[in-house]
Amino acid sequence: MSEAPKRQPYTAPAPVLGPGQTSYTSITEKISSIVLTPHTPWQWFAVVAVGLALMGMLQVAIVWLLYTGTGVWGLNVPVGWGFAIINFVWWIGIGHAGTLISAVLLLFRQKWRTSINRSAEGMTIFAVMCAGMFPILHTGRPWLAAYWLFPYPNSMGIWPQFRSPLIWDVFAVSTYLTVSLLFWLLGLVPDFATFRDRARNVVTQRIFGMLSMGWRGSAIHWERYEMASLMLAGLSTPLVLSVHSVVSFDFAVSIIPGWHTTIFPPYFVAGAIYAGFAMVLTLMIPLRGLYGLHDFITPRHLDNMGKVMLVAGLIVGYGYFMEQFIGWYSASVYENFMLQNRMFGPYGDSYWALLTCNIFVPQLLWFKRIRNNIYTLFGICMFINVGMWLERFIIVVGSLHRDYMPSSWDMYSGTMWDWMLYIGTIGLFLFLFFMFVRGWPLIAIHEIRTLLPVGNKKH
Amino acid sequence: MSQTRDTHGLMAEFERPEQLLEAAQRTYAEGYRKIDAYSPLPIHGLGAAIGFTHTNLPIATFVCGVIGAICGYGLQYWVHVIEYPINIAGRPMHSGPMFIPVAFELTILFAALGTLIGLFLLNGLPQPYHPVFNVPAFARASQDRFFLCIEAEDPNYDAASTRSFLEGLGCLDVTEVEA
Repeated sequence: MSEAPKRQPYTAPAPVLGPGQTSYTSITEKISSIVLTPHTPWQWFAVVAVGLALMGMLQVAIVWLLYTGTGVWGLNVPVGWGFAIINFVWWIGIGHAGTLISAVLLLFRQKWRTSINRSAEGMTIFAVMCAGMFPILHTGRPWLAAYWLFPYPNSMGIWPQFRSPLIWDVFAVSTYLTVSLLFWLLGLVPDFATFRDRARNVVTQRIFGMLSMGWRGSAIHWERYEMASLMLAGLSTPLVLSVHSVVSFDFAVSIIPGWHTTIFPPYFVAGAIYAGFAMVLTLMIPLRGLYGLHDFITPRHLDNMGKVMLVAGLIVGYGYFMEQFIGWYSASVYENFMLQNRMFGPYGDSYWALLTCNIFVPQLLWFKRIRNNIYTLFGICMFINVGMWLERFIIVVGSLHRDYMPSSWDMYSGTMWDWMLYIGTIGLFLFLFFMFVRGWPLIAIHEIRTLLPVGNKKH
Repeated sequence: MSQTRDTHGLMAEFERPEQLLEAAQRTYAEGYRKIDAYSPLPIHGLGAAIGFTHTNLPIATFVCGVIGAICGYGLQYWVHVIEYPINIAGRPMHSGPMFIPVAFELTILFAALGTLIGLFLLNGLPQPYHPVFNVPAFARASQDRFFLCIEAEDPNYDAASTRSFLEGLGCLDVTEVEA
């Protein structure tokens, strides 16, 4: 008795673009109409107002920090690293999704990335800028930071210590910011040319004329341009993996229980992708509604990003599991104590909240109906945004507050100034991102044009 | 071989990318060499159709990457071994593995800068003026139209016969480009 297995009838994969975008003209008009218009939606003003208000708070916190010193933060003797490094790692992790989308998915020829790569790269740059604030500010005297961070000798002729991961971090993050910016600007040049040619206002024409650097779409230029994109994608891919690996070395090279593990580099990179995709969706779901981008950011995009998050989340879950397993398997009393303390110690609540946000809730992404519902997807992203911050809190504070010597144990919590700085950088991020959305093409127009099937009848 | 200083060439406008590609191939086959095609998106095979088959850009990437690696490693070696050796926790002055991350990052940084600067130098950008922008319809070359230009410098260029050749390619319009 043989019964043929029931097979689903074959369905072609959904097209990348929605049904509304069928010609080069409509694509160009739709995306440039977001910028080349005197009309600005009131929601844009609302977000920018919030961003500006939070930036005001950030300024107050920075001035007070520089006036008083880092004593305004909640740091104490065993917990010498606190919000500054937590926020730094959180922001830089968020940035990684942009590079993953623009470089790694380009190398894998994932066409769907085209709709989101520009805004995700913008997110990368602004997130890295927010991240960079913390290492600079934590020096307490940022105008002297050049002596400590950059390869420049101090007045005693002593140079920075290149054997330290903290100096590697300086090189990794500044290279990452520079290369991301170059990649982003390279992609923007042909779109600036489109804006230059569409602008009706002389000032706008001049601005985009200068930004487009005289781009004229010559076939020879396009050939070199495509080669340059490929080269930069090939360079950015190992770069993005190296950046979060180097960030994880800040911890892994030390001998603190809970930090001194070899799983850190891949586990940090996976966490970065996880947090970054959550932030991309956090930004793109509202933007899609605000500007009617449903033909560009289709359910297929949201579904794919949901799947990427699910995979990255499972790798992060594996990382948590391995930390526990190795802690037990090492038979080191300090590692064992650290695990007990992490789960059931004074910060145990945060650990279980972290597992809920990063491991338990995102399992809902297995269900297609949940992935395809923008409200549930957005909700899960918010859980991940919080969870990834908690993860860094647990790694930093959970490991430091009870180290080898019980007499020095102490509790840590961020002060008002810590929170003002952290929330202030969220305002800075929102402000920068929405200024970009209003003034520059938030979707790569020339790349979207390549998604139209050639030979398609013009409507 | 009529070459006038005030003409950059003749430009044909097309509606579809595949029309431009075919026209470019036929123009090249006809013997024209000083030609360029303009499109709002990269079209595969268009560069080859007008005789552009090779770019040296990857060499710039590679050379700059090697310079970056040497600079990165050399800087650390010089600082820690030659300029001011300090014994820190008994580590060797020349701590090879510890010098890799900075050398790697500078390799990427230099290679990326070299790629981008090389791209703009080879493309001759930024370029504030180019004759093709004198054609009013050319504003759509960055939006939804496709252009092919035969330049007056081409030895086969002749204002009348080149124009009739271009008109035979199925274009929307042929315009003279002022220099």
